[in-house]
Amino acid sequence: MLSLKNVSKSFGGVKAVNGCTFEVEENTITSLIGPNGAGKTTAFNIISGLTKIDKGTIRLIRKNITNLPAYKIAQSGISRTFQLTKVFKNMSIKDNLLIAKKTDEEEMKQVLDSVYLEKPLDTIASELSYGQQRLLELARALLMPHSLLMLDEPTAGVNPKIRQEFKSILKKLKKQGKTVLLIEHDMEFVMDISDFVIVMDEGKVLRVGKPKAIVKDKKVLEAYLGK
Amino acid sequence: MIHEFLFSFVTFLFIYFLVAVSLNLTIGFTGLVNLGHMVFFGVGAYTSAILTINGVPWYFAIIVAGVVASILGAIIASITVRLKGDYFAMVTLGLVFIAIAVSRNWISLTRGALGLPGIPDIFRNNFYYTLFTIGVVTIAIIIIYFLTNSETGKIFQAIRDDETATAILGKNTYFYKILSVAISTFFAGIAGSLFAHHLNFIDPTLFDLELFVFILAILISGGLASIKGTIVAGFILSVLITLLRFVVVTPELIGPMRNMLFLVILILILIYRPRGIFGRVDV
Repeated sequence: MLSLKNVSKSFGGVKAVNGCTFEVEENTITSLIGPNGAGKTTAFNIISGLTKIDKGTIRLIRKNITNLPAYKIAQSGISRTFQLTKVFKNMSIKDNLLIAKKTDEEEMKQVLDSVYLEKPLDTIASELSYGQQRLLELARALLMPHSLLMLDEPTAGVNPKIRQEFKSILKKLKKQGKTVLLIEHDMEFVMDISDFVIVMDEGKVLRVGKPKAIVKDKKVLEAYLGK
Repeated sequence: MIHEFLFSFVTFLFIYFLVAVSLNLTIGFTGLVNLGHMVFFGVGAYTSAILTINGVPWYFAIIVAGVVASILGAIIASITVRLKGDYFAMVTLGLVFIAIAVSRNWISLTRGALGLPGIPDIFRNNFYYTLFTIGVVTIAIIIIYFLTNSETGKIFQAIRDDETATAILGKNTYFYKILSVAISTFFAGIAGSLFAHHLNFIDPTLFDLELFVFILAILISGGLASIKGTIVAGFILSVLITLLRFVVVTPELIGPMRNMLFLVILILILIYRPRGIFGRVDV
């Protein structure tokens, strides 16, 4: 579904992403892991068009989306959330969802139910707790028509209850056969839910494989724990 | 005499309503701090004045005034809206000084500092002109109100809250920002035209930053992204500056006193009601 070939991006002298090549297969949950500064979020920003790459090719369902503007990539079928929530804080839940898709209240309530957000549609987003804002952002990403869903650390900074809810939502998405690319630091959860794991370190892809193989890989352990 | 004073007061009041509400569309609803709004007000005034002085019918001139201001707004926006926050504000502020320099020095078109006298009346009777202004401004504000509640208006507000998130949801934010400026400047141009035909004379000093400070004070006092707030604050501030004329004995003190009044009001609003009277977003 999604393929990156030799993708590189430098910021000044820092190679944030350095010759990355990986694929995300359809109907799978693929986790992108790695230590802090590995280039995971930069990779997300590159895929979603927020950061232009220096070289390489990115394809989504055979369509070349390299360096397209973010809105065109979104229209091509990539929906995402952010490490720090980006809800429209001065707008209601309903308006937040309407920006993602012109739809009726019934579908909005369905998607809110699916992410366990039980709030009236006219609630202003800034009145929600941080965790609830993350759920709203996820609801918005789910509502927008997409073929690939990218979630950047969805459980970061939320309370244990909402963390559990996020895990439950992801399990549901897995059952529904959705294609998800996920950045997550909770290794137990990553190993439990992922079909494939991509390990990044210092801007490069270190390993790609099934969770069981990745967890025993020496290079991966070194990247996380040091030699 | 009192009637004439009242007609003039109401006419100016409604013109200021339109300038402030149209500015609210870019600053309050879209988050684009356009400090050059009065340029488009002035362009509308000069366009309408020049056309009608040269025999073009007023109803045509008013529309052209809006269209010329809007096209100019769209061109400038297409170059500047990629700038973020303060940089966009600074560039649009610079635009004011460029426009003043052009209007003072393009003598063959604007007569420079001498100004343009003899701008034809639309109606001989001031009462009818006041009614006409009320009608035009009311229609314009209703259009802006419906626009802000439409899908396009929601996208403007989404851009204000988070441009990146709006783009990620498949919206061409560059296009929508230009659209917001183009619509806003269209109505500023219409307001400029109404202003020119009310005064029958315009010169570059009428469109400088002094009037803009008044409009900005209305906007901030009323609250960003609130049309109701803009109208209420516009009314209160207009009444206050009119009353000031009767309180201040020396005419030369009226200008400085007015600016001091705006400053005091703005400071009080920012301290005690940072979102303005009816505002929904932070200043």
